[in-house]
Amino acid sequence: MKFKALMLGAVASFAFAPAAFAQRGADGHVNVIYWQAPSILNPYLSGGTKDLEASSLIIEPLGRYDQTGALVPYLATEIPTVANGGVSADLKTITWKLKPGLLWADGTPLTSADVVFTAEYCMHPEGGCAQAAKFEGVDKVEAIDPTTVKVTFKEAKPNPYGPFMGAQAPIIQKAQFAECLGAKAPECTTANFGPIGTGPFKVTEFRPNDVISLEANPNFRDPAKPAFATMTLKGGGDAAAAGRSVLETGEFDLAWNLQLAPDVLANMAKGGKGEARSGFGSLVERIMVNQYSADPSLPEGERSTAKHPHPFLSDVNVRKALSLAIDRPLLVEVGYGQAGRPTCDLVPAPAIYVSGRTECQTQDLAAANKLLDDAGYVRGADGVRAKGDVRLKILFQTSTNAVRQDFQALIKQWWEEIGFEVELRNVSASVFFGGDPGSPDTFQKFYADVQMYANNFDGTDPEAYMAAQTCDKIPRPESQWQGENIARICIPEYDALVAELGKTGDINARAEIVKKLNNMITNDSHMIIPLVDRGRVTGVAKTLGGFTLNTWDSELWNAADWYRIK
Amino acid sequence: MLTFIIRRLFLAIPTLLVISLIIFLLLELAPGDPMAQVPLTVPPEVKEKMRLALGLGEPLHIRYIKWVWQFFVVEPSVLIDWLTRESALFGWLPDTTLYDGQLRVLSWQTRSPVMDIVVQRLPQTMWVVGMGYLFGVMIALPIGIYSAYRQYSIFDQVGTFISMVGFSVPTFFTGVLLIVIFSVELGWFPSIYDTTLVVNSWDSFMMQVRQMVMPVTVLALFNAAQISRFMRSSMLDNLTQDYVRTARAKGLSERAVVLGHVLRNSMIPVVTVIALGVPQVFGGAIITEQVFKVNGLGQLLIGAIEANDLPMVQTLTFIFALLIVVFNLIADVLYGIIDPRIRYD
Repeated sequence: MKFKALMLGAVASFAFAPAAFAQRGADGHVNVIYWQAPSILNPYLSGGTKDLEASSLIIEPLGRYDQTGALVPYLATEIPTVANGGVSADLKTITWKLKPGLLWADGTPLTSADVVFTAEYCMHPEGGCAQAAKFEGVDKVEAIDPTTVKVTFKEAKPNPYGPFMGAQAPIIQKAQFAECLGAKAPECTTANFGPIGTGPFKVTEFRPNDVISLEANPNFRDPAKPAFATMTLKGGGDAAAAGRSVLETGEFDLAWNLQLAPDVLANMAKGGKGEARSGFGSLVERIMVNQYSADPSLPEGERSTAKHPHPFLSDVNVRKALSLAIDRPLLVEVGYGQAGRPTCDLVPAPAIYVSGRTECQTQDLAAANKLLDDAGYVRGADGVRAKGDVRLKILFQTSTNAVRQDFQALIKQWWEEIGFEVELRNVSASVFFGGDPGSPDTFQKFYADVQMYANNFDGTDPEAYMAAQTCDKIPRPESQWQGENIARICIPEYDALVAELGKTGDINARAEIVKKLNNMITNDSHMIIPLVDRGRVTGVAKTLGGFTLNTWDSELWNAADWYRIK
Repeated sequence: MLTFIIRRLFLAIPTLLVISLIIFLLLELAPGDPMAQVPLTVPPEVKEKMRLALGLGEPLHIRYIKWVWQFFVVEPSVLIDWLTRESALFGWLPDTTLYDGQLRVLSWQTRSPVMDIVVQRLPQTMWVVGMGYLFGVMIALPIGIYSAYRQYSIFDQVGTFISMVGFSVPTFFTGVLLIVIFSVELGWFPSIYDTTLVVNSWDSFMMQVRQMVMPVTVLALFNAAQISRFMRSSMLDNLTQDYVRTARAKGLSERAVVLGHVLRNSMIPVVTVIALGVPQVFGGAIITEQVFKVNGLGQLLIGAIEANDLPMVQTLTFIFALLIVVFNLIADVLYGIIDPRIRYD
């Protein structure tokens, strides 16, 4: 009896051993598929999401955002705040302390010199650094001692978490990139394709726009992680094939960004090899209403400029009618399924910044009609409203994309019901979102009355996002049509409030200002008509454990914690 | 013959220069922006700096001349250095150091030399698309010959039907159909091609065969459909000729008549068609590569077009143009070898 019990005990201890003594590399191989293939592993030379996320396996920032949007330290011991003394009271400096004993994958120590060099690399005037915005307003970055870095800003910075925070601003090794500053950056192909990092994995082979082979970093700071010895990150193809390979055939463990029609995804999930998970960030599909006239009869250089205010879209009641006529829950059902939810806000998250107004979520065609009647727009014989010689005829443009064309068709129908004449147009995404000042079809030029696309903000602080809608950011010929205020919003009180936001440090006061700003341009004036809060869908194999979908940072942010469910 | 080839090669130089200029101008005039894929969260000032870093600030003609210099002088010198240093063929020659660190043709997506990526992609394309073409030709010729010899027989009818199907059903349909049947339902073959697979054992060889079966089948069917029709009609033209009747009257065996006389004459136009199809192999079967995730040259080109990576698109399309010119010449030369009536001198 005793012997039997002993044996059982021995067997039991064996059975639980893997969990108790988790070991680096014990779980073998993991396959990840990105249907947009990574081109480069240096996030400072490419702004593409695919490149940022792939590089996040290898190089790490001082801190990341977790799945709730909270800041978590990675290479730093803690997140500096005013409370713990890391951020100075005047909000002009932030001091980071590095974890002791950090090693690069090649075995050399990571010091504050590497952090200082990272800033120098991105802030070089000739480098064309894609993440320069993260370092905006930085006066100097100094190493106080080998594990302490102090960032000084030119002015008070209420949100000092731009440099070295999140997937966009990881630390690169000085020894590796020392010769790659400025114009020389693209010549360092070996470094750009295989940066030496501190992350859970290191590159064994990088094939641009194809596949990345990785293996566990032997010098990773947690000796028990990562559980996987090797990883393949395959790129290319399309979202449907990527979804199929995880959910139906089980060849891959993780498929990024499955932008698929809800019914297609549901059918794939029946394959039983994995599940589709969704998470929400700050991405909002919205309609921008042009405040200026884009009438084609106007001379070139004057269309969509301040010279000609829009004949009827400058009327708040007309814009409100447009918004009231839209059935947002139906749009979500048609286009996004579990990956979308109706929203009336431009800032849909983090919760503290959300105004939470929901009156736009119920379609009300009668109210929309009444608004237009009261505003003096009378239906003509063809059902299209007009006031004097101003006919409610609008051109509605967006980028070419199956879901967007479905949305266009539905919205056109609703708008026609309340007496608009709607013409639809779609432009190839590479032209629409490209900033070519010579092309008439870019979203910046906005040679249409309304247009639809999606946008979000980096990290969890919406200050820069709100500041993009001020008067001086309107794209115009003098600025080579560059600028982020696409709807051409110009409200002096809004601009004043944005300036106030820049000076406010207290988080609750900031949240109140952001809510006000949000409502000024959406719920109160309808210059921007939010439609859908778009989530991200990721296909995860049933055998992959530890994956936490994060929409605030790289989706591969916690690859060190992944393991195989046996 | 030799003077003919030399004359043609010299004539090719201005042709190619004009082609390269046309490609360059077309790409320049086409709308699009390499920054279109950069997220909207990156502010416009930063994007403008990134454009300047790509060299977009320079005027058109300077950029064209730079590309010509890089493609015709810098890249060949890198190639020659590599040939004399590492290749098995010319490694015995003294090492050259022609490349002195000048800027090569750099891709805007990867910021690395375009030719390095092309070299990396070539094997996948050659294996999969090349095999598809080879099998296609091997299937097409016998079918074409026999269909013509037994015109309107059951075999001919079935062959015609299959080639019509192969010709008219697009590869993006047959490809996905095969994936759904053989990968999703039956689980026999992988749906995604593994470009990192190294063949060094029997198992890995079988793995390579398994992942090549579906793309090669799709391409072979498509190519066979086309070529077998050419073969059939060319055979039919010749079978009714007087020399065939003469050969039969002389008492030659049917085998000698068909395979010796008719086939040789029928091959003349078919060889041209096959030779002119070879550059397409290098160009990669864009759609098939995309469907099966064979990351070859076709997939590279599509990705570069989507990302507005002009140096990559320019270089790839120019290489394809170069191959078409070269294979046109090869087809002409083969013509002279097969058909004794044609002499170029």
